[in-house]
Amino acid sequence: MQLKPKISRLGERAILLQWDFDIAPENLNTLLKAKQFIEYHFVKSKVQVINTYNSLLVTYDLSIENIYDDLLALKSLDFTQLKSEDYKAAHYKLPVCYDTEFGLDLDELSRRNALSISEIIKRHTQPIYTLYFMGFLPGFLYLGGMDERLKIARKNEPIKSVLKGAVGIAENQTGIYPNSSPAGWQIIGNCPVELFNATNENPCPFKAGDQIQFYSVSKMEYENVKEQVESGNFELKPEADV
Amino acid sequence: MSKVVIKKAGFYTSIQDLGRLNVAQYGVPRSGAMDSFSAKKANLLLNNSINAAVLEITMTGPVLEFKCDTQIAVCGATFELFIDDKPISNAKAFQIEAGSVLRFGRLIEGFRAYIAVSGGFQSEIILESRSQYRGITAHSRLQNGSELQLLTPEDSTAARARVNFENQHLFSGHLVVYKGPEFELLPQELQEKLFSQNFTLTPAGNRMAIPFKELLPNSLNGILTGPVLPGTVQLTPHGNLIALMKDCQVTGGYPRVLQVSEMGLCQLAQKKPGEQVAFELKELEY
Repeated sequence: MQLKPKISRLGERAILLQWDFDIAPENLNTLLKAKQFIEYHFVKSKVQVINTYNSLLVTYDLSIENIYDDLLALKSLDFTQLKSEDYKAAHYKLPVCYDTEFGLDLDELSRRNALSISEIIKRHTQPIYTLYFMGFLPGFLYLGGMDERLKIARKNEPIKSVLKGAVGIAENQTGIYPNSSPAGWQIIGNCPVELFNATNENPCPFKAGDQIQFYSVSKMEYENVKEQVESGNFELKPEADV
Repeated sequence: MSKVVIKKAGFYTSIQDLGRLNVAQYGVPRSGAMDSFSAKKANLLLNNSINAAVLEITMTGPVLEFKCDTQIAVCGATFELFIDDKPISNAKAFQIEAGSVLRFGRLIEGFRAYIAVSGGFQSEIILESRSQYRGITAHSRLQNGSELQLLTPEDSTAARARVNFENQHLFSGHLVVYKGPEFELLPQELQEKLFSQNFTLTPAGNRMAIPFKELLPNSLNGILTGPVLPGTVQLTPHGNLIALMKDCQVTGGYPRVLQVSEMGLCQLAQKKPGEQVAFELKELEY
């Protein structure tokens, strides 16, 4: 589906492009192609382009001289005919420890969804998730593509604090808390890999569009990876093309 | 050594510049001075770059002891200001001698003030900005007793410039706003209500968001999580308006009914809890 976006200003310094479509990997691909096109061919002044599920937001730096021209050009652009390459997604595998020490809400999920814990782990590690965008907290990954049987509502009352790396589920999304934070998602495990570090030149290893898969590790393997991460000896490398 | 000792930090004092511009893709808030107009003005008075780091003062001011000669300017909210117990005026460059103490007295008008020093404050630069934000910089605000270094000004002749700014507008409660992406989805009656009544700031406001007290009949559902900016006004399921401010998240799921203008956002940053604002709709040229 490649519809024409609705294009409007969002205040003095931003242009919003909104497509009328749902959460789906092929729609994300449409967004990322358009994003790439705008970043590469189009807007010459300093801008940033971010995507969500169905939108791009083009935000201008201090100068706003180009915004009228850019807006007109965007409006006359045929988004179905963009000569832009498909986005090249990287594929990552991340360890998750589903030990009940970390999986605070595993029992609850098991009871409510009538699944054994090993069945939950199997269903959570099977899909290849799509990273749609980051938001809510610095480095918080919005992952789509979760098994429908794991779907569960958010907590009624958010808990005060979860551990850095907590892996959670809310409705049909799964995600990882990159830092200790109050949490409203149901927590099923913990990922020892560092997902966000503001002092790195590239603070997060992932980009919108990347593919992520989890694999289950024991408490001991978890501690092992954690130690490597903390001593700076852990390197997260994308998998060879799948 | 060019430094300042923060004898008392005040209610909420943080280091801010104009924020982080290219980090929304990582989910990192923009941050930066809530009233960027006044922060820039303070810097201009001292011949600094407009992006030089300033201190953002909220409601009650700090006590600062300068360990070096420098120049300062305080803009934004009008406070009683004293250097070594001698009153000085706002929005003017002042020569400070080593050993002098700057003290804030009563707040007269507005809510947030900005202290600039010649050259700007020196602090860690994270993701191209010195703006303090929890989880990004080591601290989210200044602590009592901490010390800050000053950068060496590029132009040591500094400012003799008198810059004449009109502050009246800054303290006006009439905020220019534009339509937000979901504005047209509101029933006509509610659209009109947004511009025909005043909205009261609640005490829950902070650098992330300012919620308003008045309840509106909201019939809109949430939206698919979409981009938001400082200045985006959301309508909650409960029926409250919330204006997102400089430390807001980069995405949100509530309908975005209005977008406050850049100057309107500075004006809003100068309103105390309990004060009111009115929205004035302006169309953006297309």
